[in-house]
Amino acid sequence: MHSLRAQAQSNTRRRSPGEIVAAAAPASQLARRVVDRGFLALCIVFTGLAVVILGILLVTIWQDGHTRLSWQFLNSFASRRTEEAGVRAPMWGSIWACVICALAAVPIGVGTAIYLEEFSKRSRFRSFIQLNIANLAGVPSIVYGILGLTAFARAFGSASTDSPITIGQPESFFYLQLPFGHGVLAGGLTLMLVVLPIIIVSSQEALRSVPRSLRTASLALGGTQWQTTWNITLPASIPMIMTGAILAMSRAIGEAAPILVLGVPLFIRTTPINLMSDFTVLPLQIYNWSMRQQSGFHELAAAAIIVLLAVLLTLNAVAVIIRHRLQRAAS
Amino acid sequence: MNHIRATTLFLAAAVLVSLAAAPTTPSQDTKSLKGIVRVDGSSTVYLIAEAVAEEFSKIAPGVNVTVGMSGTGGGFKRFGNGETDISNASRGIKKTEIEACKSHKIEFIELPVAFDGLTIVTNKENTWAKQLSIAQIKKIFASSGAAKTWKDVDASWPDEAIKIYSPGTDSGTFDYFKEVTVGKEGKIRSDISVSEDDNVIVRAVEGDKNAIGFFGYAYFVENQSKLNAVKVVNPKTGAAVGPSPATIEDASYAPFSRPLFIYVNKASLAKPAVAAYAAFALENGAKLATEVGYVKLPAIMYDRAKANLAATKLGTQMLDDNGMERMGVLADIYK
Repeated sequence: MHSLRAQAQSNTRRRSPGEIVAAAAPASQLARRVVDRGFLALCIVFTGLAVVILGILLVTIWQDGHTRLSWQFLNSFASRRTEEAGVRAPMWGSIWACVICALAAVPIGVGTAIYLEEFSKRSRFRSFIQLNIANLAGVPSIVYGILGLTAFARAFGSASTDSPITIGQPESFFYLQLPFGHGVLAGGLTLMLVVLPIIIVSSQEALRSVPRSLRTASLALGGTQWQTTWNITLPASIPMIMTGAILAMSRAIGEAAPILVLGVPLFIRTTPINLMSDFTVLPLQIYNWSMRQQSGFHELAAAAIIVLLAVLLTLNAVAVIIRHRLQRAAS
Repeated sequence: MNHIRATTLFLAAAVLVSLAAAPTTPSQDTKSLKGIVRVDGSSTVYLIAEAVAEEFSKIAPGVNVTVGMSGTGGGFKRFGNGETDISNASRGIKKTEIEACKSHKIEFIELPVAFDGLTIVTNKENTWAKQLSIAQIKKIFASSGAAKTWKDVDASWPDEAIKIYSPGTDSGTFDYFKEVTVGKEGKIRSDISVSEDDNVIVRAVEGDKNAIGFFGYAYFVENQSKLNAVKVVNPKTGAAVGPSPATIEDASYAPFSRPLFIYVNKASLAKPAVAAYAAFALENGAKLATEVGYVKLPAIMYDRAKANLAATKLGTQMLDDNGMERMGVLADIYK
């Protein structure tokens, strides 16, 4: 299996850019070198610029916020007194919302991509969907907030919010109600709407990058479309799909606008215990603190940004580990 | 129904009495309370609500109070939908919002909690514009016939360009300032520097002799040493009055002071936690509002609000029979 794929890959390997240039435009050696070196220098400058800007950002935030970082900061709820305030509620809210978002968005997104790339016939319907997804990827996130509010929180107003359909008690871990209200499930699903187009498009790119010959070989050996997808195409594209998903999650955890529109509270003194629990997220808390007039709150905002980055890196690390495992299992 | 109402009244009264006796010590009544109180609305009132919720959760640890800041309009939308128990508002409820409440059979009790005073600020070195009349303010800020230099406002003032700084155009503060100076239909001039962050306005005005700006009184209190507050000529009395807790409270600093409200859903009052929270907000509103930079109401206003809460007095008093906004001193309007 492995050798077959390797062979297929080597057959379709593209020529390196240098070869093409050499064949198409024979210029003087010197000019070619100058352009080559100049381009390299330019690339280094731009990369360096990005790294420097990121570095400055991190250093200033660290300087502003590190004095506020403490166990007490992570373990306290919001307060009007800066020395008592903490990020317990928004930190756990962000983690819950982001995990729910990932669990919902990755299967749906990858599934959609597989359908579009592997199963659907070329048709007007397909190109219509494709066009829509491409456009949705560019829609401002606040619009998804309004959609989430209408669809998840209020269920299009069809169900009365006074008498929701419920399963279990508000204290039980499996408590559910319809419509979802303004709980962490509605928040996670709203974030899913924001990142779904990104995941679909990046997964499609990943599937497309798998060489045609691999599929043809599998089909020629008598594999069905499903067997080919499950055993050949999907494992080969998992690393790229996961990379796309990680980038999408990074975006989801940093979103404030759609969550704000959803009408989640800012001040809250509980952490989620089930999918219907009230929650708030770190970007909202950061926004709120940075708008206050006392400089103490600005330090808190910086500290909350550090926590947000830490949470993000942790979640990404988990995703990277999963990617690694899957990659090893596939090879 | 009557039974529920009687219980609510009893509970509210019990809480009031116990709180009046010892406002900060936890009482047995609130300790055993359970449930959730959903509060949303104005970002201006948020600061007070956050303080009230924080203190309330100390005496009633079993109650989960959540406070959002969807803005006054956004808060009323959710309130009218029955999603929240209490709506914070930096203005009175509007006719359209009352109708939205009616369509969901939601009745409410209107309770004022504090004042917010809008402050017009200038640079410390600005020795000329110590006081401004409404006409002069209009000349500076309105888009039609806008003054280019200070000399355009008053012939004896320096012939130097005015630099204007304003809070964001979708903030409640901007709306309120606009309504008072140029009216609902008028326009604020467009050649001004706008910032969502009031700290930026403080720094800009602090560093420019010819600058003028405005923001909430709470921000001025924090920055008194850096800026001048302009006295405003009261249109009724003709006296120039500067913003201070006293002048905002007795309404002589007019027209730039506004009352802040909370609106309580009548049906939610059946929940003991909500009733206790509302009572607690009125009992401690004066102290906490002052602490977070706003101005407390006269004591009599809190008494009226408490009486209205106890009597479940429904509807708004901020609109007249035709649904128009009632202007004037809060103590004359709110009974």
